[in-house]
Amino acid sequence: MAKVCFQMKGTAFTAVVMDLQAYSADLFRAQLKQKIDTAPQFFNASPLVLNLASFEGQLEDEQLEHIVAVCREEGLQPIACRGATPELRYTVMGLGLASLPAAKTRSSEIPAEPVQAKVKQVEPEQTVAEPAPVVRPSKVITKPVRSGQQVYAEGCDLIVMAAVSEGAEVLADGHIHVYGPLRGRALAGVKGDTNARVFCRQMEAELVSIAGYFVMNEKLRELCWKEPAHAFLEGESIQVAVI
Amino acid sequence: MAKIIVVTSGKGGVGKTTTSAAIATGLAMRGFKTVVIDFDVGLRNLDLIMGCERRVVYDFVNVIKKEATLNQALIKDKRTPGLFILPASQTRDKDALSMEGVQTVLENLAKDFEYIICDSPAGIEQGAQMALYFADEAIVVTNPEVSSVRDSDRIIGILQSKSLKAEQGGTVKEHLLLTRYNPERVASAEMLSVADVEDILAVPLLGVIPESEAVLKASNQGAPVILDQESEAGQAYLDAVSRLLGEDVKHRFLEVQKKGFLKRLLGGK
Repeated sequence: MAKVCFQMKGTAFTAVVMDLQAYSADLFRAQLKQKIDTAPQFFNASPLVLNLASFEGQLEDEQLEHIVAVCREEGLQPIACRGATPELRYTVMGLGLASLPAAKTRSSEIPAEPVQAKVKQVEPEQTVAEPAPVVRPSKVITKPVRSGQQVYAEGCDLIVMAAVSEGAEVLADGHIHVYGPLRGRALAGVKGDTNARVFCRQMEAELVSIAGYFVMNEKLRELCWKEPAHAFLEGESIQVAVI
Repeated sequence: MAKIIVVTSGKGGVGKTTTSAAIATGLAMRGFKTVVIDFDVGLRNLDLIMGCERRVVYDFVNVIKKEATLNQALIKDKRTPGLFILPASQTRDKDALSMEGVQTVLENLAKDFEYIICDSPAGIEQGAQMALYFADEAIVVTNPEVSSVRDSDRIIGILQSKSLKAEQGGTVKEHLLLTRYNPERVASAEMLSVADVEDILAVPLLGVIPESEAVLKASNQGAPVILDQESEAGQAYLDAVSRLLGEDVKHRFLEVQKKGFLKRLLGGK
């Protein structure tokens, strides 16, 4: 039998999404530079999805070509375009990008509330010039996470100030801190952040996972049972150390 | 306004009905008008423990289906004044309970009673969720044994997410009641200790009921064990009722009793 050449798998990648709201050649380049300067490491060679769903007005072919060119020049890697109009779709493919359908859940800034609409009317340029800050507050849980319960901190860190019981599961895209005994499962960096860590004051976990790599209870028993500990990823293995 | 207290556990056979009967009787003994409701439709037990099985004519499901009035279904306890029992149906199943029906019955009882004790069925399904949904407080009955503790943990999670109080942004006040506690077996590490269970569940301790022959005897005689004030279990339930009423009572029966010479000779407890 012939050797198997490949395997097909489904997976999810982390990518930056740029919600394009308005466009002007000069402003776009200037604002992109400014944004990248805030976190050059983060944006370096980062995969980028262009979201046109919330673009006001009609984007021309040349404008889209220019946007993609500027993004490449600034070190981003545009990989796909989401929510493009049927007219633009050929241009998108011509640029070597995948064309994705618009997201089902529209972003929250659609002016459903009159208050937001008012703000936009007062300073229309400002809303475009000021990209929303990316800082996300951590999710803080003050009550015990009981058996059968699941807590997920999407896009941020998770702080649990009580016990995580056996049979409970805590997940975060970022770090996980547990200030009571950790007896359940803790999964940090569930969207693939290999720098995520798990910190706890009393390690009795069933399982600790970082970015999909995990250690089980038996291993933890040998290393740091009932002690304050933290877990982090080194290459492809999880290191657990007493704090 | 009446206080609704659910007696629940997740796991079966840990002593929910025994506790419901004892606590309800204890509250009535202290002068509070109390009703105890059997939510275990299809596995009617409370009437046996309360010794009123022969007086059941109409039941909880009849009242919900409007086949009988509340007054027709309520059974007045013969021993303790101010205590009433609303028995479950033995011929129906738990689907016979409807959320609106339960709510109406509880609202009507709340007009007349100071305490409503809901004896929950085992499990975490609809029947158990119905029993705890309207509760203000919960007595979580746990045996000092790992599977019971884990099930209790699960039911506390449900209390804090699927009860009316939780949906309104409040909390159901929880009490931990440890039953079938045997200090000797704890000492020989066959059983979890009070400290172990408190550590895992992190719920304030209402009481510890020692394992006692008096409990089985009381059940079979149809007299709540709290009436047997000679027994340690009866005394422990009395203490628990006091704590439920906000009194500060020291926990007893936690240590291994040193048997005196005579006791050893007679072998009695």
